[in-house]
Amino acid sequence: MMDLAQNTTVQAWFGCAIVLALALACGYALSGYLNRVMAGERTGIGRVLQPVERVIYRVLGTNPQRSMSWKRYLLCVIAFSVVSLIGLFAILMLQGVLPGNPEHLPSLSWDLALNTAASYVANANWQAYSGEQTLSYLSQAVGLTVQNVVTPAVGIAVVYALFRGMVTDDDDEGRVGNFWADATRAVLYVLLPLCLVVTLVNVSQGVPQTFDEYQSVTLLEPLSLDDETIASESAATAQEDSSDDAADEDEITQLALPLGPIASQVAPKQLGSNGGGYMGANGASILENPTPLSNVVQSASIIVIPIALVFAFGRFVGNRKQGYVILGVMLVLFVAALAIVGISEQAATPALTQDGAVYTGGTNQSAGNMEGKETRFGVQSSAFWTMLATGTSNGSANSSLVAMTPLTTLVSLVLMGMGEVVFGGVGSGLCSMLCFAILTVFVAGLMVGRTPEYMGKKIGPSEMRMAALVTITTPILALVAAALMALDPQTAQELNVQGPLGFTQVLYAAISTAAANGSALSGFEVNTEFLNTLLAFVMLASRFIPLACVLLLAGSLAKRAHVATSAGTMATDSVLFGALLLLIIIVVGALALFPALALGPVAGQLQMLG
Amino acid sequence: MREVNVAVISRKAKVWGRAVAFFVIMTIVVGGVYLGISTLIAQVALPSQANGSVIEGSDGKLYSTMIGQPFSDERHMWGRPMNPEVLTDADGQPITDAQGNEMLWSAPDSLSVASDEFASVVAARVDAVRAAHPEHGDEPVPSDLVTCSGSGYDPEISLAAARYQIERLARTTGLSEQEINDIVATCTQRPVFGLFGTPRVNVVKVNLMLDGVIL
Repeated sequence: MMDLAQNTTVQAWFGCAIVLALALACGYALSGYLNRVMAGERTGIGRVLQPVERVIYRVLGTNPQRSMSWKRYLLCVIAFSVVSLIGLFAILMLQGVLPGNPEHLPSLSWDLALNTAASYVANANWQAYSGEQTLSYLSQAVGLTVQNVVTPAVGIAVVYALFRGMVTDDDDEGRVGNFWADATRAVLYVLLPLCLVVTLVNVSQGVPQTFDEYQSVTLLEPLSLDDETIASESAATAQEDSSDDAADEDEITQLALPLGPIASQVAPKQLGSNGGGYMGANGASILENPTPLSNVVQSASIIVIPIALVFAFGRFVGNRKQGYVILGVMLVLFVAALAIVGISEQAATPALTQDGAVYTGGTNQSAGNMEGKETRFGVQSSAFWTMLATGTSNGSANSSLVAMTPLTTLVSLVLMGMGEVVFGGVGSGLCSMLCFAILTVFVAGLMVGRTPEYMGKKIGPSEMRMAALVTITTPILALVAAALMALDPQTAQELNVQGPLGFTQVLYAAISTAAANGSALSGFEVNTEFLNTLLAFVMLASRFIPLACVLLLAGSLAKRAHVATSAGTMATDSVLFGALLLLIIIVVGALALFPALALGPVAGQLQMLG
Repeated sequence: MREVNVAVISRKAKVWGRAVAFFVIMTIVVGGVYLGISTLIAQVALPSQANGSVIEGSDGKLYSTMIGQPFSDERHMWGRPMNPEVLTDADGQPITDAQGNEMLWSAPDSLSVASDEFASVVAARVDAVRAAHPEHGDEPVPSDLVTCSGSGYDPEISLAAARYQIERLARTTGLSEQEINDIVATCTQRPVFGLFGTPRVNVVKVNLMLDGVIL
């Protein structure tokens, strides 16, 4: 056992690289299948699921072959989302009287129910509550999990509508596909099979999946919470020795073991870029993410479908290099972000190192800032997950985000502010990325004085307007929300720290909801009527404004005829284009938020070091 | 002209009908079939894990080595600092187990690592750890012993943090350092495939073995 001192850092980073490689490989393998499924072609598991698919179309009374105009497609998306919002709101408001509630948890307040329903329908999964304390099994496993599966399906549907708009030639009606067929296929053939596999892997690692009531296990050292004996162990032993009859009355002997259908909710939470945990601690919770292996599967799950969609895009438009360029840009942004965060977290902070009194090196332990991080994951895997979850719109966490260094928070905020194009939320992220690509060809077109083209289609004023709107929705919503929260004098009382670090928590809430991310810094108490209502609207706007713009864009592209490529056409499958795209993303996405970021995490980091 | 309008309106009404139908279907497919199949397979194939991986001690009581417990007795190995609390639901009712027992919960620190509050919390933890480990004098304290985890329930600590406590445990338990080392070795987990996860020691398991509750 007393082997040589072992440095853990290199191994930990190598492990992260393997997870990324694994996700890329799985994404690549999945991409061809995705295209076949979304085209309605036969697949291996089709034999089992095709009858189900046909029944669904019959009940809906829709012909899956009949393609819809972008307007009708949008109407379907909106109608389904409104119905989902009302349905989920009703479940949460009636939780107290509905079955599936062994803990007898009461119904939610109207503002928390509204916030939660909006949050899950918008695929943000912002949580103003702690799951194990607030929600019944029915609310979690049926109410929320249904949205966790259907919202990424809507994302996949919409991105395929955009693909079709790019490929369709000269269609007068601007038809982009059948929404009901797209959503049904994404759920049946993509999301549910993957969810089932991930669920079972997680259960094998120890994630509970049961309808039984919360359990409790024995505490080796019973605790009485009234007298503050937790820190000073001498007092605890003294009390133990002297009076065992009086103190035993209010001693707690049991440790809570909350159970429930956890695994079946964690799988779609990760795969569908939802991020809303069953437990308040999210992926840091031992019951959601018990081992390094479950952590590998859950980390890779965050990005596997977003990566598959990028490969699928290249295949769909008949030029795989188009996909590779976009993926390359994502990888550059991701690795850069991870490098900054890795260095910052490994350096820890003066408050933690205490002038050398605390060992934060990498010998026989994980190197760096372990506050808020789990021993089984360590600093590096936690930094890796955080970048995956804020680069996409996932927003889950396997560590406490508030306990990250201010620089890490800054990088997370920039990734979210850019519209989550680094691998992206399922569907929505690639839509934003393609809008950035359109913006890039426009800017490049201005420089050389030619009409911009993308995928062989002329980019006109209406396409430009939509692409620009998509890319600035997040920054605008975030700044407005942050300003409104900062104006409310109540906000300062909901924070556990003042100054730049406090403003960082407010800004984080604004950007996270405006990017439909949903991650949060836990020092900010957000379950108030004002914040619940405000952030509900921010999340709905952040989901549905870009979504409407993308469908309009898809429709107007479908109406355009392809133009022949000439010597003056800018190639969009080149490294040069990738570099330009990178620049545009940084300028538009990151700089829009810079003044606010300077007041928050930038000031926080400088204050800490100065 | 009027007829066209009626047709448009009825087409729009159809969309809303389909939206309701699709919501109901998805609730059945996901909230019924997917949930049912997941639970069924989990309960049949992996019943222990699916029900919380509870183990029975030699004293007949139920224990878990998955979730951490607060330890402050000098005869026990110490884990990550915890913030024990009793949770209540929105009506202020404490959340109890199936037998109606009050239960202990825990929470992460929720403090910014750049804040002064955090600095004083860590300083107090360093003092407490050093006071109990005079063998180590002014040596740096391994970070796991003075930082709270993200879940608030981390049952494990690093090898460095476990080894830091061995002399103290030998002194307080009467066991030899070799015996303590053997227990720690039994409770140590290496990275999976040598790649994923930190080498770590399960503190709850160590203490169950120290107390003779499990062998």
